[in-house]
Amino acid sequence: MRVKAQMAMVMNLDKCIGCHTCTVTCKQVWTNRPGTEYVYFNNVETKPGIGYPKRYEDQEQWHGGWTLDKKGRLQLKAGGRLKKLLSIFYNPDLPSIDDYGEPWTYDYQKLIEAPLGTQNPSAHSISALSGRDMDMKWGGNWDDDLAGATEHALHDPNLSNIEQHVQMEFEQAFMFYLPRICEHCLNPSCVASCPSGAMYKRDEDGIVLVDQDRCRGWRFCVSGCPYKKVYFNHRTGKAEKCTLCAPRIEVGQPTVCSETCVGRLRYLGLILYDADKVLEAAATPDPHDLYEAQLEVMLDPEDPEVAAEAARQGIADDWMEAARRSPTYALAKKHKVALPLHPEYRTMPMVWYIPPLSPVADIVHAAGYDEADPDRVFATIDSLRIPIEYLANLFTAGDVEPVRRVLRKLAAIRATMRAEQLGLEPNDELGRAVDTDPTDLHDLYRLLAIAKYEDRYVIPMAHAEDAGRLLSQHEQMFCSLDTEGGPGMGGAGPVSEEPNTFRGDDGRVHFNLLGWDGASTSPHLFPEAGGS
Amino acid sequence: MTGASGGEVFWWVAVPYFALGVFVLGHIWRWRYDQYGWTSRSTQLQEQTTLKWGSPIFHYATFAAIGGHVLGILIPASFTNFIGIPDHVYHKFAAIAGTVAAVLVIVGVVILAGRRLTIPRVRATTSPVDWLALVLLGIIIVTGIIPTIWNMFGSAYDYRNTVSPWFRGLFTGHPDVAAVSTAPTIYQVHAIAAWAIWMVWPFTRLVHAWSYPLWYLVRPYVVYRSRVPNRLNEPGTSGRRWRRVGTRF
Ligand code: SF4
Ligand code: SF4
Repeated sequence: MRVKAQMAMVMNLDKCIGCHTCTVTCKQVWTNRPGTEYVYFNNVETKPGIGYPKRYEDQEQWHGGWTLDKKGRLQLKAGGRLKKLLSIFYNPDLPSIDDYGEPWTYDYQKLIEAPLGTQNPSAHSISALSGRDMDMKWGGNWDDDLAGATEHALHDPNLSNIEQHVQMEFEQAFMFYLPRICEHCLNPSCVASCPSGAMYKRDEDGIVLVDQDRCRGWRFCVSGCPYKKVYFNHRTGKAEKCTLCAPRIEVGQPTVCSETCVGRLRYLGLILYDADKVLEAAATPDPHDLYEAQLEVMLDPEDPEVAAEAARQGIADDWMEAARRSPTYALAKKHKVALPLHPEYRTMPMVWYIPPLSPVADIVHAAGYDEADPDRVFATIDSLRIPIEYLANLFTAGDVEPVRRVLRKLAAIRATMRAEQLGLEPNDELGRAVDTDPTDLHDLYRLLAIAKYEDRYVIPMAHAEDAGRLLSQHEQMFCSLDTEGGPGMGGAGPVSEEPNTFRGDDGRVHFNLLGWDGASTSPHLFPEAGGS
Repeated sequence: MTGASGGEVFWWVAVPYFALGVFVLGHIWRWRYDQYGWTSRSTQLQEQTTLKWGSPIFHYATFAAIGGHVLGILIPASFTNFIGIPDHVYHKFAAIAGTVAAVLVIVGVVILAGRRLTIPRVRATTSPVDWLALVLLGIIIVTGIIPTIWNMFGSAYDYRNTVSPWFRGLFTGHPDVAAVSTAPTIYQVHAIAAWAIWMVWPFTRLVHAWSYPLWYLVRPYVVYRSRVPNRLNEPGTSGRRWRRVGTRF
C-alpha cells in the first residue's frame, strides 16, 4: 500500500446557476495575459451542448485519455511513445484555435477618435492573434443557455446514443450547467503524453502542474487530456493549465473558483488513495466498473491500518485529521452521492459531481408526487426532465444504476427534511429504501444544504518545515507561480509592521529578502530559538 | 596555411571560429538564463492545414540533408574508398539521394515560409530574428541545392577533397584554407551562410532542435515531483532578459 493524499473537489450541480463568476475570477487571476485570451482554466458549459473546445468529449475524434489494447493493457489513446516522437512536427490530434474560438478585442479607440457625425461610432472586433479585423464565429460560451441549440446541441457527444429521447423543442428541452476545471487525475494522460517530462503530479497533494521552464511546446499534453484542460499559450509557446490554485491551497485557502462561487457549490478536501492500485483500477475491463474501481482505490482515513501506514510513509497528523474531516471523501466515498466526470477516459479524475435533481421534482409534482410514498418519490426519478441516460453518459460511462441511486438518495433527503420541517411524520421507509440510516441522512443534508466555509473547505497547509529543505514556496514573498511572464500576477505580498517584513497568507511574519543588503538585521529570516 | 591572404584567413578561419564560439557560448547563456523562452514556438494552434504537410516534410527532409552532410563532409573520401565504395558509386548515390532530399526540403520550406508570410495569425508570431534565420536558411538551401542537382548531370565538383578537408581541419586546428578558397563561389556562399546561422542559432527558436525528447521512450509515464522552491534568478539578471530574443512578445 502506497498511501498518497489528493486534494479533490466536488461540485453540487443542483446549485449551479450558470453565472460564470468562477470563470471570470479564475480568468482574472490566472489567464488575463496576452497569449491566454482564449484560455479558461475554469469554464461553465451548458449541457446539452458541444462544449469547449468543440466536441472535446468525443475521443474517437480527439484521441484523448487512455484506452485498453487488445491484451487489456492500458495505452494512451493517441498511440505509443514512438508514434508521438515521430509525429512531433505535426500533432494530428491538436484542436485548432477555431475549436476554442478565435480570441478578439475591440477597436475602442474608434469610439473616441471618430469624427463628429450623425451616426454613433462603433468599435469593431479585432483578432487578438493577428491584430486584424475579424468576424466572430465561435467562442468559449457560444452555446450558453442553449443558444443555437437547434443547430448545436444535438452534436453533443453525450447524446449520441440517446438522441431519439431528446427533444429540442422549447417546451420539452432540458438543460443544466457543468462547471469544469482540470480534474487533477490520479492517472493523468496529459503527464503521460508530455515527451519533455515537464508535466508532473505533485507528490504531496496530487496537483497536476506544468513546469514552465521545462516545457518545450510539443503540444501532446493538450491533445492527451481528454477534458482538454491543458492549453497552449500562443505567445510564449508553452502549455498552461489549472493549478488548482496551488499557491492558495498551500496556505490552506480554497481555490479562487471555489471561494468566489455564489452558489457555494464547491467542496475541497483530501482523499487518500493507494497509489499502487491506480493502474490496475484504470485498466478495469468494463467501463461500467470504472466508477466502482476508482472508489476502491480510495482509502478510509478512519481505518487504523491506513492511518498507521500513512504515518509510516510520512503523511503528517494534521493531514490525516484533514482527511478524516474531508467533505469530498464524505460525498464521494462515504455517502456515494458524487460521481466522476467521464470515468471511461480512464484518467481517474478527481473533480467529482453531484448530479442535478431539481428540474425533476417540478414535473414530478405535476405527476402526483407524494413524499410520503417512496414508490411515488422514486418512480419519478426515471421520468426526469434530464434523461437519466444523459447523466449516466457524463458520469458513469453510461451505466444508469449508480446515477439512479444517487438521485434517489437526494430525493429521499429532500422528502425527509421537508417532512421534518413541516412537522409531518418523517418516513423512515425513504431512508431505508436508499440504504441510508437517519444519522447519515442528516449528515448528508447538513453537508449539502448548510455546510459552512470551514466544512466545505478542509485544506491542511503544506508542510514547509520538511518540504523546505531549501526555501519553501509559501515562505517566499511571491506566489509560487509568479515567475516573470508566468501565470502568476506579480506584485508583492501584504506589508506588515516591521521594516522589510511582511505578513504571509499563513499569518506569520516573514523577512523580505528582496533588496536586503546582506548586512543589516534580518528579523524572522530564521526561526527564533526555542521554536516558533 | 602558408600563402593565405588576410581576406582568406578572415573568411575561412576567423569567421568559423567566431561562429563556433558564439554558438557554444550563446547556448550556454541561453540555457542558463532563458529556460522559459526555450521552446519550439509551435504555431499549430493557429493554423494546421498547411502545417500538416509543410512541417513533417521540412523536418524529415532536413534530417536527410544533415545525414548527407555528415556523410560528405565529416567522413573522408579515403574512408569510403577503404571500405570498398568506389567514387562514382558514392557520387551517384549522393546525387540521387541528395536531390530527393533537396527537393523535399524546398517543398517543405516553401510551404512553411509561404504560410509564415501569408497567414496573418502565423506572421504575427514571427520575430525579427526569426526572419533573419529564415533568410539565412533560404540562402543555405538554395546554394546547397543548386550544386547537388548540378552534380547529378555529370561534371561533379569534388568538394570532398576541398571543402570537406577544410571543414574537418577546423576541428583539428589545421584548416586547409587554400583548398576551400579555390572552391566555386556557390560552395563558399553556402559555407558562410551556414556559419551565420550557427551564430544566430542560440538566439532563435531553433534551439528546440536540441530538446528532441528521446528520453520519453524510456521514462515512466506518470511523473511525480515534490514541492520545491523556485529557482532564483542569477544575481544581476532578470529571468526575462533573454526572452525577447526569438519572441516578439
Ligand atoms: S484533466 Fe487535468 S490531470 Fe487530467 S488529463 Fe486533463 S489536464 Fe491532465
Ligand atoms: S482551481 Fe484555480 S486555476 Fe483551477 S479553475 Fe479554479 S480558480 Fe482556476
